[in-house]
This record gives sequence, structure tokens and C-alpha cells, in this order.
Amino acid sequence: MTEQITILLIVIPLIAAPITALFKQNFYAWMITLLVSICCGVISGYILLEVIDGKHLIYELGGWRPPWGIEYKIDSLNAFIAFIVSVIAIVTNIFAYRSVPTEISKQNIGLFYAAMQLCLLGLLGIALTGDIFNLFVFLEISSLSSYALISMGKKRQALTAAFSYLILGTIGATFFLIGVGFLFAASGSLNISDIANRFHTFEDMQLVVTAFIFIVLGLALKAAIFPLHSWLPNAYGFAPSTVSIFLSATATKVSIYALIRVLFDLYPVDYWQSLLFPQILLVLGCVGVIYGSFRAWQQIEIKRLLAFSSVAQIGYIIIGIALMSELGLTAAVIHLFNHAIIKATLFIGAGILIYRSNTTKLEDLRGFGASMPWTFAAITIAGLSLIGVPGTVGFVTKWYLLEAAIEQSKWIVVMAIVIGSVFAIAYIWKIVEALYFNSKRKIHIHNVKSGDIKVATASKSMGLALWLGAFSCIYFGLFTEFPFASAYAVAKGLLGL
Amino acid sequence: MELTYWLMLTIITPVAGALIISQLDKYPNIREAITLITAFSLFGINIWLYLQHDGATYGYTFAEPIEGLAISFVLNDFGLLFALIASGLWIATSIYAIGYMRAHHETHQTRFFTLFAVAIAGVMAVAYAENLFTLFIFYEFLTVSTYPLVTHAGTREAKRGGRIYILILMGSSILFFLPAMIIVWFTAGSLEFVKGGLLNGALDPVYVLPLLVLFLLGISKAGIMPLHKWLPSAMVAPTPVSALLHAVAVVKAGVFSIVKVVVFIFGTDFITESSANDWLIWVPAITILMASFIALTKDNLKERLAYSTISQLSYIVLGAMIANQLSIVGASMHIAMHAFAKIALFFAAGAILVTAHKKYVSELKGLGRQMPFTFVVFTIGTLSIIGLPFFGGMWSKWYLISGGLEFTGVQATYWMILITLSVSSMLNIFYLLSIPIQGFFAGEQKDVQIKEAPVACLIGMAIPTLMTLYLFFDPDIVYRLSLAVAG
Repeated sequence: MTEQITILLIVIPLIAAPITALFKQNFYAWMITLLVSICCGVISGYILLEVIDGKHLIYELGGWRPPWGIEYKIDSLNAFIAFIVSVIAIVTNIFAYRSVPTEISKQNIGLFYAAMQLCLLGLLGIALTGDIFNLFVFLEISSLSSYALISMGKKRQALTAAFSYLILGTIGATFFLIGVGFLFAASGSLNISDIANRFHTFEDMQLVVTAFIFIVLGLALKAAIFPLHSWLPNAYGFAPSTVSIFLSATATKVSIYALIRVLFDLYPVDYWQSLLFPQILLVLGCVGVIYGSFRAWQQIEIKRLLAFSSVAQIGYIIIGIALMSELGLTAAVIHLFNHAIIKATLFIGAGILIYRSNTTKLEDLRGFGASMPWTFAAITIAGLSLIGVPGTVGFVTKWYLLEAAIEQSKWIVVMAIVIGSVFAIAYIWKIVEALYFNSKRKIHIHNVKSGDIKVATASKSMGLALWLGAFSCIYFGLFTEFPFASAYAVAKGLLGL
Repeated sequence: MELTYWLMLTIITPVAGALIISQLDKYPNIREAITLITAFSLFGINIWLYLQHDGATYGYTFAEPIEGLAISFVLNDFGLLFALIASGLWIATSIYAIGYMRAHHETHQTRFFTLFAVAIAGVMAVAYAENLFTLFIFYEFLTVSTYPLVTHAGTREAKRGGRIYILILMGSSILFFLPAMIIVWFTAGSLEFVKGGLLNGALDPVYVLPLLVLFLLGISKAGIMPLHKWLPSAMVAPTPVSALLHAVAVVKAGVFSIVKVVVFIFGTDFITESSANDWLIWVPAITILMASFIALTKDNLKERLAYSTISQLSYIVLGAMIANQLSIVGASMHIAMHAFAKIALFFAAGAILVTAHKKYVSELKGLGRQMPFTFVVFTIGTLSIIGLPFFGGMWSKWYLISGGLEFTGVQATYWMILITLSVSSMLNIFYLLSIPIQGFFAGEQKDVQIKEAPVACLIGMAIPTLMTLYLFFDPDIVYRLSLAVAG
């Protein structure tokens, strides 16, 4: 019975999306999307509880036995990722209700929500599937819908941002597909566990290395791992607020998940260790942390600042993976969860600021925090988590990362984390300073009809979404049992302990 | 009821009080009544804990984010001392604040009383923290929760002060305190407060000095130079805030943390053995002298008091750094003695501001004849700070000097300690005692309309003043709790 439920995660949004596209009114389209995401949240939560103690759920699509048919193989990692994605979807949708009508033109609203659901579907699909080609299909579903979503941004730059994301994303997808093709040529199979089981029979072929490089490059592009991150700041910076929230919290995470799968389940660990791959990842992660944090500090616009900080945070996750230890992997997987919460909260905060003031420039937002103290407080809480202050989720991650790095005496990593945190203090302070300490100035509001009062009040639903996030930033920083147990189970599973 | 539950109540009571107070914006009288009830019950709980404390361990764990790193609280003597002082003076401050805030027509009074209670909850958590991790978290919590109190006025000046306040306090703690804590964790594998010192034996003595410096820099609430600037900046706050938070709760949380670190993380013997304190003592010693000299130049009364606080806080740090039994007793007694005296001084300064609207020392000539009560309070506070007999301040200085005499390190440092202690008492006479002397004997006030402050303020002022007198004759409670710290 439980096995049958897994496919519902894909089927529900797949059926609901075209129906949603028919609606023109915000309320109905939004309602369907919210219901879909709640359904997905409940199902993935249920699945996570089922598999958290190391059990596997296997569902064979259409009753075809693997390796011929497609199989969905759920372990704690899949379930955890699916859970993160669908919970973020719920929170995003709570926020979306009031934000979407102000940012999306009226005739596109139905399509917008449909695209959101397709994106959700794609991300969930990546998380669930155990078939490498099927993974590619879902990767493309989510990417194509996110190109469309980003291009719906209000500013004209959104189109160029979406276009450059489209180009790079397609290159990434193509690389991935080429890699999968090579691997198929070598192994004759597309099922991840089947390939892994028979890996020694075709290990010596040159094709396998090539396939590895193509697949990893493709995924790294999608995951915006330094130095392949150039699409991300523009894409997140110019996307509609709702989209920034959803994508920043989920899209890159899911790509990283796919990377983890490839590294630990598809290819044997010894194989890519001999290619010096962990060292490469470690260096990229460290440089990414420092570079991303530094660039974030330089930004003058709140959403781009947050986007660059994402580049840095992805760096932390990569460092955790590259350390290859139980603690390191635990830190990486927890950070998938923690960073999703933190970034979603921050982007929701930015979204509220945009909703009220129609601008993202820090210069224009001077002194704005004083007139929205609660929003400002929530942003500060999330900002402190990003820095890694004890008592917040960010601290838990950084602590485990530090412990993992010190365990292996990798002092460069420790240095990178410290430098990254110092820059994080600097760029969070920049936001706080601009929003609160700088003297108030008149905010120029564009593109709003005169006499429109909606800019004067932040709506309750947005506040609810924001504080849900801010509250989780602290709650999961104190009561870490749930994310830790999940992440620890994942790390143990991946290392085969 | 088991003591553990009473211990939980020390944090629950002010938080619950804050929740109720926040809902009573429309009923100021009930709101103030709730503030007082909360303050009295909190003090009662702490008294009860003191009376019932029998040496057994009572504690509980709130959360454990990372294995071995728990947010937990435990009943301990030093914490009891701090909690008793803070909660006791909260009563006095609340009474005083009711008079002050109304007479001064302050806005946002509900926010003020709510956050005050929240800050007290933070102080209780710091006092009863079982390990360095918990201490750190609530140290930060205290910074954040007192920030809106500092910028209460909401003016540009208030915000500028608040900016320095939060930048220095949070910045230094994240840059220095947090790394120091992490280093302790990775050398000792734990952050518990251990009698005799957690790091004793676990750390190479060579590294004691740098680590101790990290802690001293990180705990900038103790006001050690050069990271002292936040305290004068915080004087933009309303007087009750300056009085309770910046003469007692926040700054004492700083020195409390330093003493805790010295005694329970390093261990006094370990510090003496590694001779890390040979030259480090100069830092608080110089702070004492420098702050006294700066205080001489300040005409703004509250700023002068702020610099006096910086100088007095360094007495406590000095005592901790000397690191022998007597000096630790002196240091922790000084936490109590200075608290009562300094809060009386701040109350008097606030009373002058509220009734005579005078902020500057040079304007106070002859005012003592119109406000005799206020100036008597000021005089008593001053005498206690100087350390003269019949006032509680004498005992702490006594033990500090005795501790200094027993210092066994470098000769130059030995003399520096003694010179500092005696010279700074002289300086106290110059920059503090001159104020009431001028108030009573110099000049004549033109404005004859000035009367004493509202009754609530006077009651608030009387409590700590009487306490300084009482503590001279019966310092037993303070001494006993301090002795337990020194071991």
C-alpha cells in the first residue's frame, strides 16, 4: 500500500497542473496549487516516517520489473529531499496568494500556477526516481518550467536572466544526457542500482570516465557549484518573489541531491576517489564559500545579495560532501534542509519588502525596517541563522562541518568557514544597517496606481509564511532531533555503514 | 515541590510576566501592578532557592541541539548571587521606573516594561547556565533583547548609540567569544563548568594566554578597554535602563561570564601555574585608571557614571585575573557591592533629570539644597564605591586588596595592582564625590521651583541605598556565596 502512495507525489501535480492552467482567477488557481502542495507534503512526510529507520520502499512503474522498467526506490535521502521540497512548496504558496497578483500579469496567472506545479512535480520526480534517464526527464521538466517562471518577472532583465539560465541549463542538461548515454553504452542499463551492481564488469572502459565527467559537470551546472554559478544571481535576482523563494530553497538542493546519488550510489566511491574528485570538490567548495560570501557583501540589491549568499551556502554543502566522512555528509544533508529554511525565509522577507515598496535596492529601502518592525525582526533572525549564531539552524551545520574538518585536520576548510562567516556577518549587517540604522528616506514607489492602499499593509498570509520560516530557523536550531536523525541515517546509508 | 521546578520558574516567571504586560497597553495601572508582582515573585523564588539550596545538584536540560552541547540550567552559588542581585534590584528599578517613565512622559511604555521583563529572563538564564554554550546563547540573547530598550527614544541619536551597542557587543562575541568556545570544545571535548577548571590538564599551558585574551576580547560586556565604547553609547537609554541593565544586569553578565570562565573553564590554579596572568593583569588595571581619568573629563552626568562603571567593572576582572581565592571572593563580592551603589547613583542622576531637567555636572551647583534626599543617596552611593567604612563597598575592596597582596607573579605587576587600587580610589573622590560636594556647598540655584522626584522614584532610590548600608554590617550572604565560588 505504502509503495503505491509514492507515485501519487508525481501524479497529483501532473493532473492538477493542466486543470490549473484553465483558471484565470488568482484565488482558484492558488487554491488548487496550495491543496496540491499540502497533499504532497502529507504524503512525503508519511513516507519519510516509513523509511527513516533504514527501510526501502520500492515501486515499479507500470509493473515492469527493473532494470527494464522504471523503478522508484525510496530511502531516507529521497524521502528527506521530497519532504523539504513539498514543505517549502506549501510555505511558498502561503506567500504567493497576495504576491502573485501584484507581480504577474493577469492573463498569465493560471499558467504561472500551473508552471509552479510542474516545477514541483519535476523536483519531486528527481528526488524519487531510481532510473538515471527518468531523472534526466524530471530534471528537464523542472528546469523548463523554471525558465518560464523566471521570465515572468516584472523587470525586463528577467527575460535575459531567464534566457541565460535557459542556455546554461540546457548545456547542463545536455552534458548530463551525453553522460547518461555513454554510461548506457557501456553498461546497457539505466537503472541506478543495476549499474552500480554490475559496475566492475565495465569499470575499465574509458567511456565510463568520460560519462562520469559529463554527468558531474551537467549536474554541477544545474546545482550552481562554483565556478558554474553565473546564471544563478541573475535568475534569482530578477524572478518574481514567489519563484525566487521556491527555487532558491529547492532547485539547487535537488540538483545537489542528484549529484550525491551519482557519487555514492551510481559510481563506486573508490572509483572517483582515485580520480582525485573529493580534493577537487573540496577546493571548489572552499573557494565557492569565500567567493560567494565576498560577492554577496558587494551587492547593493537585496535579492542579488541573497542569491550570491546561496552560492556560498552551496559551497558549504559541497565541502561537507567532499570531506567524505560521516560527520561531513551529515552536515551537508542537514544543510540542505537548514539552508532551504533560511533562504526561503530571507526571500519571503525580501518579497514582503518588494510587495510594500516595489524596490529591491538597499539604497531605496533605507530606514524601511523601522516601519515594518516585525518583518525586519524575522529577516534578522534568518540572517543570524545564515551567519551561524548558536541557537539557530545555521550553527548546527557549521558546527558539524567544523567538527568534520578538524577531525581530518583540514585547516584550510576551517579557514574558509571562518572567512565565509565573517563575510556573512558583513553582508547581513549591510542589510540590517540599510533597513534600520540609516536615516529614513522617502521610498519611491513605481508601477502602483495612485490611491492603491495595498502597499501600505503587509498581508497576514505573507506574515504567516515569514514567521513560519523564522520560527523554524530557531526551532530546528534547538530541537535538532528530526533533521539530525534523518541526515545521520542518510550519511550512514551513503557510506554503507 | 522539587527545587528543579523552582529553578524553571526563574525563567518562566519573567517570560510569563512579559506576555501579560504586553497585552495591557490600555491599562497602565494594571500593567505596572503586574510588573511589580512579577518582580516580587521572581525575587521570592530566588530567595526560596537560596534558602533551600542544600548542596545537591538541581538542574534540567531544555534542548540539546548537538550531542554534548546542551542548553541546560543548574542551581549554583555564583548564579544564585547574580540572580538575587538582579531580581532584587529589578523590584527597586520597577518602582523607580513607574515614577520616572510617567514623570518623563515617555512613549511606548508597554514595550519598555515588556522588554525589561524579557531581559531579566535572559539574565536569569545567564546566571543559572550550566555550561559555556548556554551562557553564550543567553549572553547574545541579552544583547538583542536590550537593544530596543537602548534605542527606546527612537531618535537619530538613540539609533546611533544603539548601532555602536549592538556592533561592539555582538561583533566581538561572534569574532572572539565563539571561536574561543569552539577551541575549548575541541581541546576538552566538553563545555561544562567544572570545579578546578575544565581545561586544567587538557590544554598546553603555552596556549592559556592567547585563549584567555580571546575570552577577554569576546566578553566585551565586561567593558574592558579597548572594547568599552558601547557602554557610554548605551547611555542614550532611559535612566531605569541605564540603571538596571548598564550598571547591573548586562555589564554584570559580562564580568560574571569572565569570572565563570576563569574559575570553571581555566581554573585559578591553572592560570597561576601557566603565569598567563603575569602581564594580562595590566589590561584591567590600565582600564581602571584610564576610565577614571576619562570620567574626570565628562561633564554629562550619565556618561561620567558610565565611565565610572567601566572602571569598577575592571576591578572585578582584575580580581578574576589575580586568580587566588581572596581575589575571587573580592571579585564576586564586588559584583554585588558595586551593583547596589551604582544603581543608587543612576537613580539619583535620573531623578535630577526628571525634576530639574539637568544633564550636566556643571549645572548641579547648589541643587543639593533643593533635592537633599537625592543628593544624600548620591553621596552614600559614592562613598560605597570609594570603599569607605559603613558602606558595603568596603568589603569587596578589602578582599580585592588582600588578594592583590597575595599575588605571587612578577614584581612589577604586584606593584601595579596595589598602585591601581589605591590611586583609583583617590580618583573616585575627584570625579564622583565632587558632585554632591558642589551640590551641597557651592553656588546657588536660580530656579527655586525644583522639588524632589516623584514618590515612586524616591522609594526606588531608597532600597539600594539602604542595602549598601546594610551590607556593611551584614555581608554574610554575599560573602558565603562568593566563598563558594572561590572554592
